Amino acid sequence: MWLPRHDPIKNVLYIDLTLKKFWVEDRSDLFEEYMGGTGVAIKLLEEEIPRNADPLGPDNVIVFAIGPFNGVYPAASKTVAMFKSPHTGNLGESHAGGRSSIAIRLAGYGAIVIKGTSSLPIWVSIRGKNVVFNDARALWGMRSSYTVGRIIRENEPNPGFRTIMRIGRAGEKLITYAGVITETYRHFGRLGLGAVFGSKKLKALVVSGRGSIPISNKREYRKIYKELYDTMVKSPVMKKYHDIGTPVNVLRLNEIGALPTKNLKATKFENADILSGENLAKGYLARRMACSHCPVACIHLAALREPYVDEPFFYKTTFVSYDYEPIFALGSMLGAKSVDGFLKLLDMIETYGLDAMSSGVVLAWITEAFERGLIGEKELLGEKPKWGDHETYMRIIDKLVEQPNDFYKAIGKGCAYASRIYGGEDFALTFGGNEMPGYHTGPAAPYSFMVGARHSHLDSAGYSLDEKTIGKELTEEEIVDKLLEEERWRQVLTSLVVCLFARGVYKPEIIVDAFKAFGLTVKVDDLYELGKKIHMEKYKFKIREGFDLDKYKFPKRIFETPTPHGYLSEEKLVKMKRIFKEKIINEIKPIS
Amino acid sequence: MLCVFACARRFGESGVAKSAIRVSSVGGVETGYRIQVCRACTDPPCASVCPTGALLRRKGGGVMLRPNLCIGCGNCVDACPIGAVQWDIELNKPIICTHCGYCVDFCPHGVLELIDLKERGEIHVAPKA
Repeated sequence: MWLPRHDPIKNVLYIDLTLKKFWVEDRSDLFEEYMGGTGVAIKLLEEEIPRNADPLGPDNVIVFAIGPFNGVYPAASKTVAMFKSPHTGNLGESHAGGRSSIAIRLAGYGAIVIKGTSSLPIWVSIRGKNVVFNDARALWGMRSSYTVGRIIRENEPNPGFRTIMRIGRAGEKLITYAGVITETYRHFGRLGLGAVFGSKKLKALVVSGRGSIPISNKREYRKIYKELYDTMVKSPVMKKYHDIGTPVNVLRLNEIGALPTKNLKATKFENADILSGENLAKGYLARRMACSHCPVACIHLAALREPYVDEPFFYKTTFVSYDYEPIFALGSMLGAKSVDGFLKLLDMIETYGLDAMSSGVVLAWITEAFERGLIGEKELLGEKPKWGDHETYMRIIDKLVEQPNDFYKAIGKGCAYASRIYGGEDFALTFGGNEMPGYHTGPAAPYSFMVGARHSHLDSAGYSLDEKTIGKELTEEEIVDKLLEEERWRQVLTSLVVCLFARGVYKPEIIVDAFKAFGLTVKVDDLYELGKKIHMEKYKFKIREGFDLDKYKFPKRIFETPTPHGYLSEEKLVKMKRIFKEKIINEIKPIS
Repeated sequence: MLCVFACARRFGESGVAKSAIRVSSVGGVETGYRIQVCRACTDPPCASVCPTGALLRRKGGGVMLRPNLCIGCGNCVDACPIGAVQWDIELNKPIICTHCGYCVDFCPHGVLELIDLKERGEIHVAPKA
């Protein structure tokens, strides 16, 4: 139903790192039924991972999947990664842009499956039909992920048509919230794909491709493309992402009292002006960039100018990519005092290849646990964290990556794990084992972090529902239903795979039209059905791997700090969780 | 890369295999991007080195390809110092920009421009950069 004729997307490339072997299989069956992206990835994951596999063992599998719109329509720029998460011990799903989806698509694949474990560090390059295994021993242990990217770039062909996904030291050291960096400024950030790369001794994955994609209805194609392009270029939403970018949220959320501050002890941040998108744009913004084939250019790079310590008039200028979520996690959440301090900390996180969001929330938990005396200088090896002190935070990150003692090993597994050992679970801001995103907007946000299949604000955008309903109170059923509908729909978008920032442009009707260029007739209802099916498949996998919603409690802290909807009611959130369980989990259990 | 995809769309397909314009970073994305596209030389070196006369000088600058004469030697690619002659790996022939301006319509940031030489009285067509 969803597979365009003669489209190379049906080819799945399998790479076995243990055997240093690769092969291609025609998986028309999967792309026909599940479209691509999230839909195909979850089926491949389910096929390839044995039950209860160790996320950091050779049985774990990494799937990268793209969809029919990648390389064909604008803002279809994302790649879906799926794996078993070492951070939550369950379904791992993370998306990134850069050049990744275009390179995979034009290399002639719809998905890449990476299995096994290499005995020595390697980087793998996929050059169209060829796969090359390169010795990465000389890169292993290198301090900066920037340098690793530079070296690989100089050693690889096809500039302009390739994606270079790599890990930093954090991934090598199996920190469970290490990410994978692509094109220097984009990330498969969440849920620990970097540690999975590290466990497989896979330093980097390079994909280059410059092929073509057949289009069966050429006239229709040009027409729909133009329509999509014009809508995007003129759309005010897309302009928002281009101008100030996602950090436009800092002031907005602060104003309504929803900006998590100092480990969510507050939702108003005294330095919001300093760390606002507006202030960053004024004093630090150096350049904006776009992912391949996207007209928006939402990537904002700040210039961080640092003087040499012992030499006057010498400066080092680094470009640091910033977004709302890192500003929340490493800024307001840590009570940051200056843009420079925030950028330095973020740059260090990038150097090591950590997930900025989890890292910030973990640092916030450490600060409060230290304040309350649950941990001391003995655990922290002499560090005394306090709000706004980025230099101490940077030294803690250094030690986190070095892992010199049991405490640093524990925080290397996230604050859910560390708080089980050291206490402080009430203020460990994790949901389903994953650290919170930057929204304390009302009841829908924390509920969506809890039940969303990847425990992300992007699963169903509960924060957005909260913001739209300030001053109104929706019933528990209403919230559950609305967010379930949204999460199901988003499975379609991430199977195409379009960027969620373009969700306002890719409406059901226009997607149906866009399929006509492939000579495929589909209906709006088919899209909704597909979304529902994929969401079910994801939850089926979670349950197969032992996911139990009852095991996870809402951290007490979220009930102690007001939101724009007032203080949250624990009773209400628990009830929402129960309704969700009745709707989804009980439906799946008997069949799995 | 919207321009790269726009160029391919003229041929009614997607991808980059048939595109006459190319975007790549200048030593990594940290340092910015460059666009490689034909600037329509009035005395084009690519035409001078073509052994079969497959590249014809165009009035007002640039060249036209006569594919039936092209033997795919690749001399034109080597002769262009700005790297504006792309290669069609599927047909083993050069991809020559016709200066149709289709890519310009899909550049949202005003990097590309199509200039009418007669109107402007200029010699070269160059991207505004």
